[in-house]
Amino acid sequence: MATTNELEQVVYSHPKALADVSTHYCPGCTHGVAHRLIAEVIDEMGIQERMVGVASVGCSVFAYNYFDFDWVQAPHGRAPAMATGVKRVLPDRMVMTYQGDGDMASIGMGEIVHAAARGENITVFFLNNTNYGMTGGQMAPTTLPGQKTTTSVSGRDVETQGFPLRASELLATLDGASYVVRRSLHDPKNIRLAKKAIRTAFETQARGLGFSMVELLSTCPTNWGMTVPQATQWLEEKMIAFYPLGDFKVTQAVSEIRI
Amino acid sequence: MARELLKGNEAVAEAAIRAGAVAYFGYPITPQTELLEHMSKRMPELGRAFVQAESELGAVNMVYGAACTGRRVITSSSSPGSSLMMEGFSYMAGTEVPAVFVDVMRGGPGLGNIQPSQADYNQIVHGGGHGDYTPIVLAPASVQESIDLTVLAFDLAEKYRSLVVILTDGSIGQMMEPAELPPMAPINNETPEWAVDGNMVGRERRFLSSIYLDPPAEEVTNFRLQRRWQEICANEVRYKEYYMDDAEYAVVGFGSAARAALSAVRAARAEGIKIGLLRPITVAPFPTKVLDDLSRRMKGLLVVEMNSGQMLEDVRLATSGRIPIEFYGRMGGVMLLPDEVLAEIHALATGPLTTEGHPRDRWLARMAGKN
Amino acid sequence: MQTEIIVAGFGGQGVLFAGQLLSYAAMDEGKEVTWIPSYGPEMRGGTANCTVIISDEEIGSPIVRNPMAAIAMNLPSLDKYESLLKPGGVMVVNSSIIEREVTRTDIKVVRVPGNDIAERIADKRMTNMVLLGALLANLPVLPIEAVEKALKDHLPERHHRLLPSNYQALREGASYIAQPVA
Repeated sequence: MATTNELEQVVYSHPKALADVSTHYCPGCTHGVAHRLIAEVIDEMGIQERMVGVASVGCSVFAYNYFDFDWVQAPHGRAPAMATGVKRVLPDRMVMTYQGDGDMASIGMGEIVHAAARGENITVFFLNNTNYGMTGGQMAPTTLPGQKTTTSVSGRDVETQGFPLRASELLATLDGASYVVRRSLHDPKNIRLAKKAIRTAFETQARGLGFSMVELLSTCPTNWGMTVPQATQWLEEKMIAFYPLGDFKVTQAVSEIRI
Repeated sequence: MARELLKGNEAVAEAAIRAGAVAYFGYPITPQTELLEHMSKRMPELGRAFVQAESELGAVNMVYGAACTGRRVITSSSSPGSSLMMEGFSYMAGTEVPAVFVDVMRGGPGLGNIQPSQADYNQIVHGGGHGDYTPIVLAPASVQESIDLTVLAFDLAEKYRSLVVILTDGSIGQMMEPAELPPMAPINNETPEWAVDGNMVGRERRFLSSIYLDPPAEEVTNFRLQRRWQEICANEVRYKEYYMDDAEYAVVGFGSAARAALSAVRAARAEGIKIGLLRPITVAPFPTKVLDDLSRRMKGLLVVEMNSGQMLEDVRLATSGRIPIEFYGRMGGVMLLPDEVLAEIHALATGPLTTEGHPRDRWLARMAGKN
Repeated sequence: MQTEIIVAGFGGQGVLFAGQLLSYAAMDEGKEVTWIPSYGPEMRGGTANCTVIISDEEIGSPIVRNPMAAIAMNLPSLDKYESLLKPGGVMVVNSSIIEREVTRTDIKVVRVPGNDIAERIADKRMTNMVLLGALLANLPVLPIEAVEKALKDHLPERHHRLLPSNYQALREGASYIAQPVA
């Protein structure tokens, strides 16, 4: 007769690279999913002990509390510059930034563009949830036309508030960028694809192949004023229509990476 | 080592290299650019890090990142670029990481011009970035002193986990003088216990941040910064005196202004006027005690600066109205000339002197019609 | 005791180098010296000048209102510095391209056809050396041998074949002696 132990099967365990703490993220927010995927890849690659993360300003400001490896905390938008400083003096470490869309695509546009243009050998995780989450849901450079936020209360009017920008497509035009892709975190299939992209991005850096970035479309149910299922559905229907998923830049050398 | 004829900016760059700087991040701006150019050539040939950043914002945050690893790092700029770097300086102060910054001051405000000025004094000495912090500020007056203070800057930065600023100007940066460089120091690649180096073997993770969401915790940090500053004030004041032994009057000035003053003081001495020169080398910490002492035994002080009297306020605070003070300054990239300072010394020595009113008001009145 | 010297002319006339050479020579003679250029947004073709101060003690201001000597390599430089020289000072005038006479009578004036001499010796890029030679012959600040030594020590090796003609330029310039001030 089989014992209870023999019947048990481990279906979940906490990634080593993820600290054993509760996060401050809102229920239904996909930051937690992104954190876990990154931590799983770090575990799989065995690079936890030589990671340096660069946290940004926004909801992910406390990322350094949630990952169990070394971190520094950048001023708003400056994470790619700070990561450059770390990587240039410690080139054999794995350096990542974790930035939101306000941080990276607005105030930090200069830093990200030039880090990519230099082919800085760092990995950027770009969480796009179409608003400034931490400060309470203001319009971001990624806010969709017509989307309501606390600073576009009648919906983003492109006549006066301009058009959203597609950071991945923009950065993919730069010769220094080696791997630039967009993935989404709205369903299991896409989450699996996102994890694969995260792995490829880290492998790009580990091989010294240059700048890598994974944009992750994310939900923000709280600031969007939606339930979690509504938010997931909105992402799938509205965001992906504007921000198509795909690989925007994969250099030959990166395409030859076999995991 | 023998004396070489060295340009101020290049001498600072080479001194930083020889002091063991492993990384430099900067952006072109006159009159500082020779420093960047020297670094762009020397750092890569030594296998060290050099990046010409996209802006001073980029540069200062690269410095911030490198500083978090506990390695020696330096950047440089001139006044408009220094303004942009203030963000990074505040963050570095809040994170308590060491770094060295060279400000080769030029005329302002705004785009101003590229001629020598001392008008960044308040911005650099009294903060500039947000929050309660004070960097250590060293003000060289010659190429040799620029070298010596650059080496000292790295030591002080590490000792106090503080930003140290070399506050110089276009004249000292562009000038060539005979000077001696130090020997090449070995690079220290050891990580201090506070630093983040992505080498989490046998230790807990580390993180560095300037964020303390809990106000009492932030206050603890602020108290730590303030107590460290007290310690710096007690231990690190540096200044130089010229002809002070029997002086009845003194000129007070730093950097280039002090050089014009030195020429003027010599000329006044030749005329029999008993005047000396006090040249603060650290403008932060300021030589407050020395000035307090002078205020009790001198007849009058003349403060000279290439600005509107920014250090003048620190002199007034240190002397508490006990002594008559006059001020003379030139602004906007106009250099002080010895004959102008000599004329002010004549006025000081013949009186009348007063402790009433504000020296700046009297200076502005004297300058009326002259410009 | 300090001596202030201005070297001024068009950019490209070797103004800054002449000043640096003087500075090297002063340094090698164990003097204190400062060299400071005028620097401006123009990169080429504008006017250029530098101030060299040579002294036995720590030098105060690196610039002065009234220098002891000036080399005017072009007319704008003569116009600018003639009135500023100290009484008894030395003005070296590049008479090849400056036609007007010096009006002051309380300074020593050395008119030297710098360009002509330089072109006869080698090429006009040695005009600065001719005028520097003339300055040293009329201003007791450094022996001409000190400048020759400085040239040899600080001129890049690849230019050393030009040393003899540089020496000749200095010497020919040094043969021009001003009349004593009346």
